[in-house]
Order: sequence, then C-alpha cells, then structure tokens
Amino acid sequence: MDSGTISRRHLLQGAAALTLGAAAGLRPAFAAETTIGFIYVGSRDDYGYNQAHAQGAAALKKIPGLKVVEEEKVPETDAVEKTIESMINLDGATLLFPTSFGYYNPHMIKMANKYPKLRFEHCGGLWSEKDPKNSGSYFGYIDEAQYISGIVAGLTSKSGKLGFVAAKPIPQVLRNINAFTLGAKSVNPKATTQVIFTGDWSMPVKEAEATNSLIDQGVDVLTCHVDGPKTMVENAARRGAFVCGYHTNQSALAPKAYLTGAEWNWEALYPKFVKMIASGEGIPNFYRGGLKEEIVKTSPYGEAVSAEARKAADEAKAKFLSAEGYAIFKGGLVDNKGKTVIPAGTDRGQKDPELEKMDYLVEGVLGATS
Amino acid sequence: MADGSIGLWTVPLAVLGGAIRVSTPFLFVSLGECITERSGRINLGLEGTLVMGAMSAYGISYLSGSPWLGVLAAGITGALLGALHAGICSLPRVNDVAVGIALMLFGTGLAFYLGKPLIEPTAPRLPAIDFGWWSDIPQVRAALRINVLFLIGVVLAPILYWAFRTTRWGLLIRTAGESADAARAMGHSVLLIRLRATMVGGFLAGIGGSFLSLFYPGSWNEGLSSGQGITAVALVIFARWDPLLCLWASLAFGGAAALGPALQSVGVTSGYHLFNAAPYILTLAIMIITCSPKRTLTGAPAELSITR
Repeated sequence: MDSGTISRRHLLQGAAALTLGAAAGLRPAFAAETTIGFIYVGSRDDYGYNQAHAQGAAALKKIPGLKVVEEEKVPETDAVEKTIESMINLDGATLLFPTSFGYYNPHMIKMANKYPKLRFEHCGGLWSEKDPKNSGSYFGYIDEAQYISGIVAGLTSKSGKLGFVAAKPIPQVLRNINAFTLGAKSVNPKATTQVIFTGDWSMPVKEAEATNSLIDQGVDVLTCHVDGPKTMVENAARRGAFVCGYHTNQSALAPKAYLTGAEWNWEALYPKFVKMIASGEGIPNFYRGGLKEEIVKTSPYGEAVSAEARKAADEAKAKFLSAEGYAIFKGGLVDNKGKTVIPAGTDRGQKDPELEKMDYLVEGVLGATS
Repeated sequence: MADGSIGLWTVPLAVLGGAIRVSTPFLFVSLGECITERSGRINLGLEGTLVMGAMSAYGISYLSGSPWLGVLAAGITGALLGALHAGICSLPRVNDVAVGIALMLFGTGLAFYLGKPLIEPTAPRLPAIDFGWWSDIPQVRAALRINVLFLIGVVLAPILYWAFRTTRWGLLIRTAGESADAARAMGHSVLLIRLRATMVGGFLAGIGGSFLSLFYPGSWNEGLSSGQGITAVALVIFARWDPLLCLWASLAFGGAAALGPALQSVGVTSGYHLFNAAPYILTLAIMIITCSPKRTLTGAPAELSITR
C-alpha cells in the first residue's frame, strides 16, 4: 500500500473507525448496529473449510443488531490487509474474522497493531503472549473427531491400509493425520495411513490423482485435509472406497461410501463469541475446545459402519466428553522414523502447546513431512 | 498382491492413467488453439473459455440431466467467447494478446459469478468406456476407464493434421496465418477466416472444460482449472503448431501431473513439491533445448503477433 505516508483522509477514516470500535466495545447490548467482517480464502460454498465458517457467519446474521460483511477468495498475501482495511474503513467493521491460517502473521498482526481498539479473531490457534492483546486465535481440537474417524476407518478397512489426502505439512494437518492414524491403530494395531501432500489447499486435479494413486496402492478408506473435500469424496466413492469427511458433512455426495467425518461447529461458537463481547467479559485471546466444548462434532454414522465400529467409536467419544477428557498423544509416542517424540510418562493433553508445534508423523503413517 | 497392492507398478500405471485422465483438457484446448494460431491469431483467453466451458457444462448437465447437452453447451459457450475475441480483434490496431488476457479474466470471473450456485449440487457425469475388461487387476481396469471425449480428441489430432495439409480449408487457414496479403489477393476475407478459426478453437476449448467438470475430477469448483488453459496455450508453441505433436505433448503433461501423487503413494516422499512441478520443469527444459538464437521457431505462422 501507500506505505510511509499517512494521508489526512486515511487518518480521518482510521479515527472514525476507532471511535466506532470504542463505542461498540462499551455498549453492553447491540443497540446500534455492529458490523462483523468475515474473510475467506476460498469460495464459501466449497463443501469444506470456508463453507463451515460461512455457516457460522450465517448463524450471526440471524441475531438482531448484527451486520455481517463477507469477502471470499482473498489470498494469504497483503491482499488480506487491504480487505481488512476496507472492511474497517468503509463498512465500519469492529470485529473481524480472517479465517484462513496464513492470514495471521504478518498480515493480521499488522492490522491489529494499527487498529488497537478493534477486535481480530483468527482461526488457527496461533496466538501467543507476544501478540497484540486485541487479537486472538481460536481453534477446535478437530483431531478428536479425526481420532473417532480413524477408529471407524480402522474397523471398516479390509486391507488395513488407510489413505490421507493432505494439502501442506503444517502442524494442524499433521495433527489430524496422526490422530486419525492413532485412532485406527487403537482398534487395529496393524493399520497404516498413507499420506499424500498435494502442495496447496485447493488443487482438484491433484486431489483426484492422489485419491486414485492411494486406491491403486490398496487403500480402501480415505479421508483428507484440503479446503474442499468434494473431489476426494466423489472420486473415492466412484472407485468403491469408503470415505471419512472433513470440515462439513459430505454424506450427501456419497451416501453409501460415507462412514463418518470430522466437522467444525462454528455455528455454535460464533454466537457464543458475540455473547461474550455483549456481556463485557470479552473473548479470551486463546480460545480452544473440542467435542466437549462443542467446537467440533462428528458426522452421523453412514450405513456401512458396523455395529462393532459404532460401539468402539461411541466409547471413544464418551471418553472425550468425560470431565477428565482423553489424551490422544500419550507418553512414549514414536514417530515414523523411530524417534521418540513424546517422552514416556508425559501425556500431552489437548491443550498442551507443544502439540501446536507438531512436525512429525507418528509410527504407522507412510509418508514424510518434506 | 494378496492385499490388492501392486507396489511400485503403481507409478507407471498412474502415469499412464494420468496421461489419459488429465490430458484431455490439454488436448482439446491445444488443438483449438492450434487452429486459431495457424490462422494468424493468438487467443490467450482460452483459460477463461475452459473455465466457462466447465461451468456451463456442469450447469446444463445439472439442469437438463443430460451430460451430453452439457458438452454441447460448453462448446457453444466457447464458440461465442471465440467470436467475441475475434470480433474485438477485427477492429483496427487491436492487440490480440491483450484482448486474450482481458477475455481470460472476463471468462474466469463470469464463470465464478454464474457458477456460485453450482458448487454444491451434483450433476450427472459423462459415462466412461471400460477398456480394461481383459485385466483382472482392478488398478489396470481403473486406469483404462476411458471417456469418449479423450478418444474424440485422439482421433481429432490426426484429422486436423491431415486437414491442414490437404484440404482447401486447411490451406486457407494456413494462408491467412502465413501471409494475410496473399489470402486477400486470392479474394478471401482474412478477418472472416480468423473469426471462424477462433470460434472453432473456442468450441474445442469449451469442450475441454466440460471434461473437467463432467468427467475428471468431475465437479464444478473454482480451483478446477488451476491454469490448465494457459498451460495448453503454451503447449501449442511447444508442439510447434503441429496437431500430432499437440497430442503427444498433452499426454506427456497429463502423465507428468500424475507423477507427484503417484511417487508419494509408493513412498518416494522427499521433494514432492519438485515432482508436483514436473510439468512446468518439462516445459522449461524443452523450451531451452529447442530454442536457438540463430533462427525463429520452426513452424511458427508468420502472421502471429509474437513472431512478426
């Protein structure tokens, strides 16, 4: 942008936004209309990541006094800063949800420093103490739901070979791959997960090729972590393999092949956030939760899921929902290169920040992070 | 074998299967562009045409229930975009490359806009012909499930090659591409020839798009093309404006696109970004090998704005 020089107009706009933000922050209820901005990296009806957030945004639109502005297909570059600036200066947004992982640093941090009175909520779980206090990062422990998918997959697979179509080897993706594998191994110790990285969040042709290659290798249950799971789900079902969904419920695309899936539950979380602001307590900078906190959920079981698999999955779910919770990543965990990544005796519970830095694939995963 | 795996054989099989599955859009776009460029004009807008074709095919297939109507609609959409390109380029002092870039952005933008409601629904797909009936190995059977559009493309390439050499129409297109003055001297309208050539090129590119949304990967979404249209235009230069070479080049690109995922599936995991970039590395390598500072590109139509 026009860096360095701050024009008068710019300054006035900024000042106006600040006043507006301060006003919105003080008001307990939404007497005046509050504007909330949502920014998506892809299309908001992609049957995936962005659709899940858009469903959350749609839940906010129903609350009187809230105005939601949305922009789709904003790349993870300084384009997102321009979008944020325009939402603040032109639409008067006081609460912003840049929902994609790569928006956080440096883009959202920069904007949060520039507009200290406004609130920024990033989806990805990257916030740390050194980041601006008016920003926050929330994320769901969707690996809990992936663990349950893994159990169902492990008990449904005949070959014991599971497949995972992944975008990039970042911690969240690796954590899902590992949780899915550990879930499968908990019921079928011989199960393996073959992972293929496509290199980006939305590469339909590569995802279809990855799906076909995995099935050619004898994989008979697949799941994925890409922005739009539609390609994987449809192509796997055509080849007669089973699938576990991701982000949202894709069972309508392949009713016979769909086993279960790990879904976000943003439509429950976003109204909670708004209530927190309205009541004056504010949103914690670092907000996390799993199945118990209703930030994630699992899809209803498909018809191909056996009674045995349902029972095992329900038991695991009950453990996650219990008061003490359940640690997926237990002490003595070995990665697929034979290195002990979690020392024996120290279970890493869901909230353990060490898990946010995950850079390994556990034993049983075929593939490498680089 | 007992567990249904075919081990390392996956890689050549995936490259073969990928060559068949992934190459079709490349093939149609490059054959279409080949016709257009031989008439002396470059239509860079085929990326937009491909995406518009994919979207309209999916929409018409969804609304009418017939995927073949979708293919036809994609072709017609492509021809109309081709006519638009040719029409604008018929005006004096209009640069066809610039118009092409504008139409590329226009086509993709319009397709994303009109295609919004089509991302969620599932449209009927084109059928596949099973050429793998002779094999007991499911992987081979899967690789040989071939769509009829691919076969049409494979047949079209030699027909075009023959038509350029021996038919009156082929001669006219080549004349317009080699020397507009000669075509005019013969009493033909260069603009009309180029209009038709661009429309046919657009028609084929649109059909290439219908393959993407109606067969493989087989649904409409905004990342569907990821630059395949523009790659195919480059492929024509790489294939020296020869329809037969376009066929081989498309197959090579399709196979190269399958290489990255296939290698990962058998455990070759290091440097997958490099393997994913294989098609582009291939282009660069061949461009470097075949270029020469001493002569112009062999086979380039003399009237093309890039060679003139």
